[in-house]
Amino acid sequence: MFRHSLADAAARAVAPLGAAFTFLGLITGSFWGRPMWGAWWVWDARLTSFLVLFLFYVGYMALQAAIDDEAKAARAAGILALVGAVNLPIVHYSVVWWNSLHQGETLFTSGGPKASVVYLWPLALMSFSYFAAFGALWMVRVRGEIWRRRAGALAVQGAR
Amino acid sequence: MPNLEFGKYAGYIVPAYAISALVIGGLVADTLLRARHWKSEAARREALADKKKTRS
Repeated sequence: MFRHSLADAAARAVAPLGAAFTFLGLITGSFWGRPMWGAWWVWDARLTSFLVLFLFYVGYMALQAAIDDEAKAARAAGILALVGAVNLPIVHYSVVWWNSLHQGETLFTSGGPKASVVYLWPLALMSFSYFAAFGALWMVRVRGEIWRRRAGALAVQGAR
Repeated sequence: MPNLEFGKYAGYIVPAYAISALVIGGLVADTLLRARHWKSEAARREALADKKKTRS
């Protein structure tokens, strides 16, 4: 993984998307929490682990921007990404492992989805749309990153 | 036609939609502008390199 330049390009391209989508989840979740829970924010396991995920994205981007040598930046950011990946199962299972104000699993339960059908179709449509938008933006950003590297390599070549 | 009657929750739903539209719109614009910029920059440097090669 460390020496695969496309993996680094893909990771560099996806970090701002991940940060923006996580930010949206935090903000819109807060707008939902206020009328439902009576609070904009609670230090609940799901919310806190999701905030940590957002901070990891921000840290990842800051680390890459802070190191001039791209190979060293890729290696350092790769290590940070591995550390951050530990948080992913924590985010997912936080509502199972801890007593949480956030509702437990609603969709993928052994007895089928707990949510009413009225909510399932709009939720499925929105989930698909967000995944599609995320995937499309990611692909365009990876292409942009490859062009950026190509331009950088040509600039070095031209300076010789 | 979607039901846009948000009732007493309008004060929460409308800003959530607005922020989502703003963030996603910003991401789309940033992604496309960045890709376009680096594509043209790579093409410009490639043309410069080709010119240098033919001169030498």
